[in-house]
Amino acid sequence: MNATAASEGPTRTSQPRVGLFVTCLVDIIRPSVGFAAVKLLEDAGCKVIVPSQTCCGQPAYNSGDRATAKTLALQAIEAFEDCDYVVAPSGSCGGMLVKHYPDLFAGEPDLAERAERFAEKSHELVSFLVDVLGVQKVAARYDGTVAYHDSCAGLRELGVKTQPRRLLAGVEGLTLVELDQAETCCGFGGLFAAKYGELSNAIVARKADDIRGAKADTVLAGDLGCLLNMVGKLQREGSAVKARHVAEILAGMADGPAIGESQKGPRQ
Amino acid sequence: MNEVATSAHFKENAHEALTDARLQGALGFSRNFVGRRAAAVARLPEFDALRDSARAIKDHTLAHLDLYLEAYERKVRESGGEVHYAQDAEEARQIVIDLCRSMGAMSVTKGKSMISEEIGLNHALEAAGIEAVETDLGEYIIQLRGETPSHIIAPAIHLTAKDVEQEFRKAHRDLPPDRSLAEPEQLLSEARQVLRAKFLAADVGITGANFLIAETGTSIIVTNEGNGDLTQILPQAHIVIASIEKVVPTLEDAAQLLRVLARSATGQDASVYTTLSTGPRRPHDPDGPRAYHVVLLDNGRSAMLGGEFEDMLRCIRCGACMNHCPVYQAVGGHAYGWVYPGPMGAVLTPSLIGVAEGGQLPNASTFCGRCEEVCPVRIPLPNMMRHWREREFERRLSPAPLRYGLGFWAFFASRPALYRLGADLAARAMRLAGRGKGRFSWLPFAGGWTRYRDLAAPEGATFQSQWRARSGAVR
Ligand code: SF4
Repeated sequence: MNATAASEGPTRTSQPRVGLFVTCLVDIIRPSVGFAAVKLLEDAGCKVIVPSQTCCGQPAYNSGDRATAKTLALQAIEAFEDCDYVVAPSGSCGGMLVKHYPDLFAGEPDLAERAERFAEKSHELVSFLVDVLGVQKVAARYDGTVAYHDSCAGLRELGVKTQPRRLLAGVEGLTLVELDQAETCCGFGGLFAAKYGELSNAIVARKADDIRGAKADTVLAGDLGCLLNMVGKLQREGSAVKARHVAEILAGMADGPAIGESQKGPRQ
Repeated sequence: MNEVATSAHFKENAHEALTDARLQGALGFSRNFVGRRAAAVARLPEFDALRDSARAIKDHTLAHLDLYLEAYERKVRESGGEVHYAQDAEEARQIVIDLCRSMGAMSVTKGKSMISEEIGLNHALEAAGIEAVETDLGEYIIQLRGETPSHIIAPAIHLTAKDVEQEFRKAHRDLPPDRSLAEPEQLLSEARQVLRAKFLAADVGITGANFLIAETGTSIIVTNEGNGDLTQILPQAHIVIASIEKVVPTLEDAAQLLRVLARSATGQDASVYTTLSTGPRRPHDPDGPRAYHVVLLDNGRSAMLGGEFEDMLRCIRCGACMNHCPVYQAVGGHAYGWVYPGPMGAVLTPSLIGVAEGGQLPNASTFCGRCEEVCPVRIPLPNMMRHWREREFERRLSPAPLRYGLGFWAFFASRPALYRLGADLAARAMRLAGRGKGRFSWLPFAGGWTRYRDLAAPEGATFQSQWRARSGAVR
C-alpha cells in the first residue's frame, strides 16, 4: 500500500522548504498523522523540516487569554522564520496561523507585519498540496466507503472544501459518500468539548447519527480534534465506524490502527 | 430594570432543555430554516453582493447615527408625529404608560416587537391596569402561556401544534369544545377570530420597527400575518417602539436591506406584508391613527458605538445566526436566559445587561463560524464572542480552574524544550495506561469529555520525539 504523489504543478528550480507545524494534538496523540503529512509533502517535492514547537496558542486565544496567545504566536513565528512555507495538518491551527495571528498583533505595526508575512506563507495541509503545489492526484489505495466531515475552521476560515474531495476521488478502491450535514459543526470546539460536555455531546450525537446514516465505514476529516470527538462518540455508542485523518488515507498510510482502536487490534 | 435574566445559569438551563423530550421534538422545526435560506440564496446570484451593500448601509448609518436620528426625528414631527427618547428600559416603559394614560387607554394591541420584550413592556402595562394583547400568532401563544419568545422571528418555535391546540382549548373556553384544531390553519383562524374583537376594542396599537427611514420619517414593519396592519391602523393612536440603530438613511436603503432580511430569515423572497407608516392620519386619509408616537430606546447601544462591539449594531434581527447555530439547535432559545438568544444574543446580552450576568453566553460557543457565514450584514459574531471572553479574562471573571489550567499549560507551552520532554513522557505514559483498548472510557480531569465519549489514547512517543530520533536532529 504505497503511495506516490505526482506533482503536476509548476516545476521548481529549488525545493521549497516546508516547516511542518505538527499541531499539539497530532504531536501527542497521533504522530502517524504527522508522518503522513511529511510523506505527502516530500512526495510533492518539498524539503520538510520540523522546528521545535509547542502549540499555536489557540486554546489561550479562545479562552480570552490574549497575552499567552501572543507569546505562543511569536514563538511560532520565530521558530518557522527560515521556512518558505508553514504547513499544518489542521484547518483549525491553520486558521489560527493564517487568520488570527495578524489580528493578535493589530495595532503593533512591526509585529503585525511579521505576523502578516507569516500568515501569507502558512497553509492547511491538503489545500497547500492542491492549491499551492498543484497536486492533482495521489497514488494511494484505500478499500472502503468514506465520508468526509468539513471541519469548521478549515471550511470557513481557509476555504478547504473541494481540495480533499478532489484528492480522495483519485484514491483507488475508495468510495466517497457525502454526509447529509457535512458542514455542520461536530461539537468539538476545543475546550468547549470539556467545559460544556453535555452540550457538546448533544451536538456530536447528531453528527454520529449523520455518519451512521451515510453508511460509511470510515469518517475522515482534516482535524484531529473533530475526529477524536466524532469517533469517541461513535465508539461510546458501540459503532464500528472508524475514523482517520484524511492525510493518512492520501499518504497511503492507513494500515495501522484507526483512531482510538486497539493497537493490537485487527489491521487492514 | 430589564426583563429578568437567567443567562448566568446557561449551563443549567441547557441541561434542562437537553433533557426535555417535548422541547427536543419541537426544536427540529428551526432546522427547516437552514434549507429554505440556502434555496433562497441559490435563487439570487447577487445575494453576496447585496450582503456587502447591506453591511455598507448599516456601517455608514452607524458612523453618522446622530445625524440620521435628528433627520428622522425632524421628519416624524413634520408628518405630525412625536419622537421620545428613552435612555433605558425604565424610561421607555414610563413613556409608553404615560402616553397610554394621557389618552385614557384601557386596552392595547401589539405587533411583534423584540424591544417590547427587552423592556418588559407587557408586565408594565398590566401593572398599570392596561390590557396588552399580542396579535402576532406566535407572540399571542406565548403570552397565553406566560412565556418569553424563544426565537427573535418565530417566538413560539419551541412549541408544537399540539401544544398550541392544548393552550387554545384552555384559553378559549367560550368556543365549542368539540371544534377541530388539528390543522395549523384552524389554529390560525381561531386566533384571528379571537383577536378580531381585541383589534376593534383597542385604544392604542403598539408595534416595533424593522427600519426607520430618516429621509421620510417612516417606520417599516414586516410580518407574515398582517396583524401589524390592523394593530397600527385601527386604534386611535399608534406607538412605535424601536431601538436607535434601526434608523437607515433612505427608503432605497431599506429596500436593499429588506432584500436580504426575508431571505436570511425564512428563505422567503419577501415577507408577506411590508407595512410603511408615516405620521398620523392626514385630513384626506380614509383611516389610520389620530396620534403617532415613536419611542426610541438606547438601553446601552450608544455605548457600543465606536467600540469593539459596534459591528453588532448592524444586526437586522433576521435570526439566521440562531437558525444555523449548533448550540441554539440543541437547546433552543430559552436556555440563553434573556431576550436575545443564539449567537447574536451571545454578543448582545453582555452588552445590554452586563458581562457578569451574560458572560456565560459568549463562552458557550464552538466558534464554528456558521453564524458569521450566514449573517446578512456580515457581523463577525465569533470574534465578538471572543472579545467578551477577553474582557472576562482580564477582569478575572473566568472560572478559576480555567485560569489556573491555562496558566499551568502556558508555562510549558512557552518553553519548547521542557514542553517536548513533558509531552513525550505524558504521551508514553498515557499509551501504557490506555493499552489494550487504544482508548479511555474514563480519565481524571477530563470528565466533561469521557462522561459522554471515549478518548483515543496516544500512539506512544510524540511526533517530535520520533522525528528527532529518526533524523538525529539536535536543534
Ligand atoms: S446577527 Fe446577523 S444573522 Fe444574527 S440576527 Fe443579526 S443580522 Fe441576522
